[in-house]
Amino acid sequence: MNIFKKTILTVLASLLVIGNVYADKIRIGTEGAYPPWNSKDASGNLIGFEVELAQELCAIMKHECTIVEQDWDGMIPALLMRKFDAIMAGMSITAERQKTITFSQGYATEPATLAVMKGSSLEGMDTPAAINLDRSSSDVKKALKTITASLSGKTVCTQTGTIHQNFLESGDVGSVNVRTYKTQDEVNLDLSSGRCDVALAAKASFIDYAEASGKAVVTVGPNLSGGAFGGGVGVGIRQGGDDAIGKRDAKLLKDFNKAIDKARKKGIISKLAIKWFKDDVSM
Amino acid sequence: MITSFPKLLAATAITLKLLSASLFFGLFLGLFFAILRLNKNKFINKFAYGYSYVFRGTPLLVQIFIIYFGLGQIEYLRTTFLWVILKEPYWCAIIAFTLNTGAYTSEILRSAFQTIKPGIVEAGKSLGISNKIIFYKIQIPIAIRQSLPAYGNEIILMMKGTSLASTVTLMDLTGVAKYIISTTFKPIEVFIVAGGIYLFMTFIIHNVIKYLEKKYSFQ
Amino acid sequence: MELLAFGKSGWGDELFYATLMTIAVSVTAMFIGFFFALIFTPLKLSKHKFLNLIGNFYTTVIRGVPELLVIYLFFFGGSGAIMYVASIFGYYEYIEINAFITGAVAIGIISGAYSTEVFRGAIQSIDKGQFEAAKVLGVNKFVQFYKIILPQMLRLAIPNLSNVWQITLKDTSLISVTGLVEIMRQSYIAAGSTRDPLFFYSFAAVLYLLLTYVSMKLINKLEARYSRGY
Repeated sequence: MNIFKKTILTVLASLLVIGNVYADKIRIGTEGAYPPWNSKDASGNLIGFEVELAQELCAIMKHECTIVEQDWDGMIPALLMRKFDAIMAGMSITAERQKTITFSQGYATEPATLAVMKGSSLEGMDTPAAINLDRSSSDVKKALKTITASLSGKTVCTQTGTIHQNFLESGDVGSVNVRTYKTQDEVNLDLSSGRCDVALAAKASFIDYAEASGKAVVTVGPNLSGGAFGGGVGVGIRQGGDDAIGKRDAKLLKDFNKAIDKARKKGIISKLAIKWFKDDVSM
Repeated sequence: MITSFPKLLAATAITLKLLSASLFFGLFLGLFFAILRLNKNKFINKFAYGYSYVFRGTPLLVQIFIIYFGLGQIEYLRTTFLWVILKEPYWCAIIAFTLNTGAYTSEILRSAFQTIKPGIVEAGKSLGISNKIIFYKIQIPIAIRQSLPAYGNEIILMMKGTSLASTVTLMDLTGVAKYIISTTFKPIEVFIVAGGIYLFMTFIIHNVIKYLEKKYSFQ
Repeated sequence: MELLAFGKSGWGDELFYATLMTIAVSVTAMFIGFFFALIFTPLKLSKHKFLNLIGNFYTTVIRGVPELLVIYLFFFGGSGAIMYVASIFGYYEYIEINAFITGAVAIGIISGAYSTEVFRGAIQSIDKGQFEAAKVLGVNKFVQFYKIILPQMLRLAIPNLSNVWQITLKDTSLISVTGLVEIMRQSYIAAGSTRDPLFFYSFAAVLYLLLTYVSMKLINKLEARYSRGY
């Protein structure tokens, strides 16, 4: 047995670092690039509304938790691969996603909105303050028409694989020239550089960006909810099954639902929402 | 899976467009810098060397990010005519790819020029052919033939490099593959199909270059 | 400059560690690449049709598909494949492969394909007489490869291996997509946080240039040493 062979064996053995099972430890995936939901400070630590909420929920469930960073575009595949057991990443509950994974009850909701740079022709778009796409009143139809007309011929930017992209591609606002980005940070950069005429995202992202960067980003049009925007943000979990892991996932879903109930009653979710959003977005 | 195949094929057209535009501009840029490298003026020579050193010494991903996200943040630039080009992700990608392939091409052509036997140039001179004609009609054709194998490799490297266009919002083959994954959540299958298409393109390029090598061989 | 300050306020220390990470991944990947090359070079040179096919398949596929795609495939498929194998043996838990190993193996497989080509080229340029001499002396094929061919091959291969090193070093920028915090990922995070992408990506470029510059100097020294006696 020479050194060469020994090294190879050691390398092979170290390849299989066996991960901890969720029995007592839950792994929660988040993006770390979607303030104020989740982001990173200058030392690289994960911070944000969901990072703190996750810790509160785990304390209630009496589980040890680790928060795992994951790029948005690989979030659901990574959950399915069992890289982590739950997603808390500002992910809205939508029918589309429910084909693949399941969600806890919603813990927060936040309207989506369009944003432009100051001086854009879209400023002063004449619509109601908020519309809910689940209600097909004449007001909603009129507002969608106004938005359709405003977006036509414009480059509209949004993050890949989000409810915002789904909305733009749903046909509700006609056929839109959509450009998609890996992160919301990149959307913000290109909105302020002028590559994007208009952007669509959660309202708080734009407000947060305008404040932090001092750029003249302004939100326009109505607060959008319902329809393609789904039913609030919840914890994403694998769909349960009959085998050992499936049963465990089903139990995890129940645990999260109970914990969210408790946290809501104690006012923990509202308190965190006000801390991070300066507005009670809890639900 | 079957439904995503036509989408991937359509995206291949964008990949090929990016590739051919970058190779076209890159060849001229490469030739230009190869000629500068052969210049006896030390300053010009160093300048050309610096260009190829910087672009060969840094990852293409960094280059494309600097050009797209970096230059986009310079407010002054946005008031100039350059912004018409830099505003478009398509042109940013082509600029980055062109500068990158230009650097490698200049090295390939330079070494090809240097391997041309001086006797050939002297023969031309003794026949009373002007320097300009010797350069354009004798040296350049020989250099191109000489550099075919290396340039073939460069074409394949660049073809693969175009996959980075997806990082600046372009819907090339990799971009569309990632888009399909964001709706189907089936990464492995989609990447294997996309990989197959890239492999097929490599195969075609490889064989075309081989054919050209044979056709223009000196023997 | 304060953006590069060490400590809590700046990104200096983070970028410094990220640079060390890039070096660590590149070196590990290079060695993993050698390991693959040692397996696949004999296959590629083999007269046995099937073995030859395997060797060619490896180098053709890996060099014909974008690096980014190979990394994505490995990232999404790697632990899935290992977990599948484990499930055959009745183990159903999640198996974590850490980001460093995922990255180093993915880049290593790519680097290995280039190293294989370099080794093959170097072996083919070794004087045929040596093989015959070994045969006449009754040396078996295994010993012939590892004791006679390999040492000579390394000397012939060094100049081209320095190219492979450069490719490997630059390819590590692509594993930023797997979440490993190397130069590119750290610059990306810093650019996002400070909203100054021009500065941080340019600085990343400088770091890579520094790494290529220093490593080329080292390789040149190594080359001079191995060429002693020739």
